Amino acid sequence: MIEIKDLHKSYQMGSNSLHVLKGINFSVKEGELVSIMGSSGSGKSTLLNILGMLDEADTGSYFLDGMPIKNLNEKIAAKYRNQFLGFIFQSFNLITYKNAIDNVALPLYYQGIKRKERIEKGMHYLSKVGLADWATHLPNELSGGQKQRVAIARALASEPKVLLADEPTGALDTKTSYEVMELIQGINDEGKTILIVTHEPDIADMTKRIVNLKDGVIIDDTIVKQVKAAAYV
Amino acid sequence: MFNIERWQEIFDAIGKNKLRTFLTGVSVASGIFILVLLLGVGQGMQNGIAKEFESDASNSIWVWTRTTSVEYKGLNPGREIIMTNQDYDFINRKNEKYLEYKSSRARDWGIVVSYKKESGSYGVEGIFPDFQMIENEEMISGRFINQNDIKERNKVVVIGNKVKKDLFKKDKDPIGELIRINDIPFMVVGVFHDKAGEREEDRVFVPSPIAQQIFSKGQGIDGLAYTLKPEKDFETAVRKSQEFVASMKGYLKEKHVISPEDKRAIGVNNSLKGAKRFYNLMFMIKTFFWWVGICTIIAGVVGVSNIMLIIVKERTKEIGIRKALGAQPGSIITMILQEAIFVTTIAGFTGLILGLTLLEFAGPMIQTNFIANPSVNFNVAITTVLILILAGALAGFFPAWRAVRIKPIVALRDE
Repeated sequence: MIEIKDLHKSYQMGSNSLHVLKGINFSVKEGELVSIMGSSGSGKSTLLNILGMLDEADTGSYFLDGMPIKNLNEKIAAKYRNQFLGFIFQSFNLITYKNAIDNVALPLYYQGIKRKERIEKGMHYLSKVGLADWATHLPNELSGGQKQRVAIARALASEPKVLLADEPTGALDTKTSYEVMELIQGINDEGKTILIVTHEPDIADMTKRIVNLKDGVIIDDTIVKQVKAAAYV
Repeated sequence: MFNIERWQEIFDAIGKNKLRTFLTGVSVASGIFILVLLLGVGQGMQNGIAKEFESDASNSIWVWTRTTSVEYKGLNPGREIIMTNQDYDFINRKNEKYLEYKSSRARDWGIVVSYKKESGSYGVEGIFPDFQMIENEEMISGRFINQNDIKERNKVVVIGNKVKKDLFKKDKDPIGELIRINDIPFMVVGVFHDKAGEREEDRVFVPSPIAQQIFSKGQGIDGLAYTLKPEKDFETAVRKSQEFVASMKGYLKEKHVISPEDKRAIGVNNSLKGAKRFYNLMFMIKTFFWWVGICTIIAGVVGVSNIMLIIVKERTKEIGIRKALGAQPGSIITMILQEAIFVTTIAGFTGLILGLTLLEFAGPMIQTNFIANPSVNFNVAITTVLILILAGALAGFFPAWRAVRIKPIVALRDE
């Protein structure tokens, strides 16, 4: 599903050049649940941004589902993001003035789907994350865990090939974190490819494969035995 | 523009951000409301001042005749030229479009005027009602000669303040008293005061036909007096008065067989000096209010632009979210601008209508000499609103464009 070869990325900080990614080789097959770990400054967020087409690599190649991702202009990147990727953020990033169902249905608006169908589809995913009863509530009426579930439903709504999660449990307490992870594991069990950036070992243990990043290179990439979050809930 | 889905999305945003929409609307509407009022009051002051100083604008023209100085068509020089009522009527008809006030003058000097035992010798002038405006005579009491006096050939007289002082005792009201001019009784109907002082108050006015009768002038008249209609600027006024004088002189010279080279036979005095001052004043007032108007529009543009900037700033994070979800940059910009233009248009026209309504109702109630009939040219008002909407859209476009170009990741961090 994801093929990355010899990926380099550096940022210009004034006169200095900061080399963040120093040749990443990395591939993800369909249906995998991968966690990317590393301390801050290890380059894990940069890697995720490149995977999410929010940023572009200097050199190296990136294939998503066999399609080369390079020389993207804003329009094409937006189109690809909309069709291929679902984002889950640490701070949820729901639109504050839209209720749960409208938030979930928003990616479908950008796919050009009519309103009635958007709402139907959105409701489907909202009930999938167990929030069908909360459809008309505004984000500030929801708890942190509920907000993240709405965000997950939104990420799923556009039926992407890959879900990218940036510290999805970073703003949640342990119990809620495990509930969210249980949901993510369930989605993965249905066959969705998911990448999670995290610095919490217990969260990483709930994935099927842990990639360790340090100073812009992968130092460790191991398949692990998945811990089911349901056991803690 | 006619994408129903997008309008739904916009109305959704408007409906769910009632406070933001309301505040934007109120500031735009009040801005335009104040602008309309300012423009209206500006126009009102312009009208008021114009009215106050209008008398100075009077471009008065005085015409008299003398003997010819050039031999012409076999007629000797030194021939006396006398204008007639027919000349006066003809000139009036022919030059109607130029003329504001008009009067002929049939007069004589050193006429004995007496009241009971008092008497003196004064100038007696036969005139038409307009003469009061041409000479700017101010009535101290009573009235001036009117159209009815002319028609009915009433033997009435308006006397100068000096004449009144000479003939009447100090606190005697002369109105309604009979005085004798050339031993013919006339009833006093008014007393006038002239700004030029006693020299000009040393005369009495009677209806023109009566003067011609008592001085045995027949149809003859001694002079003509006119004021021309005010023009929008001095140059036009000069041009118009030259046109009129040329037309009138041409007619008189032809009618009375006077050589075109004769510079003496017809005298014309054209007083444009006062007019020049008036037109300068009007020009300054107009310029001033143009400035006020332009500055107000600039202030409005700055205000609306500011609101747009804040709105876009507030929506930076939303823009980031929408981009991450796959919104095209263009669609975000159009969405923001369409919403902004929609709100400012509705609010703008509301403010416009409120302002115009207030001017319409409150305008006539204003009772001061320096504001008259405050009103706003509707086209100017509409243009102003459109300028503000356009400026708002433009001011919204650049920050929206910049916000859209920010990487979604950066926008998402914006709190």
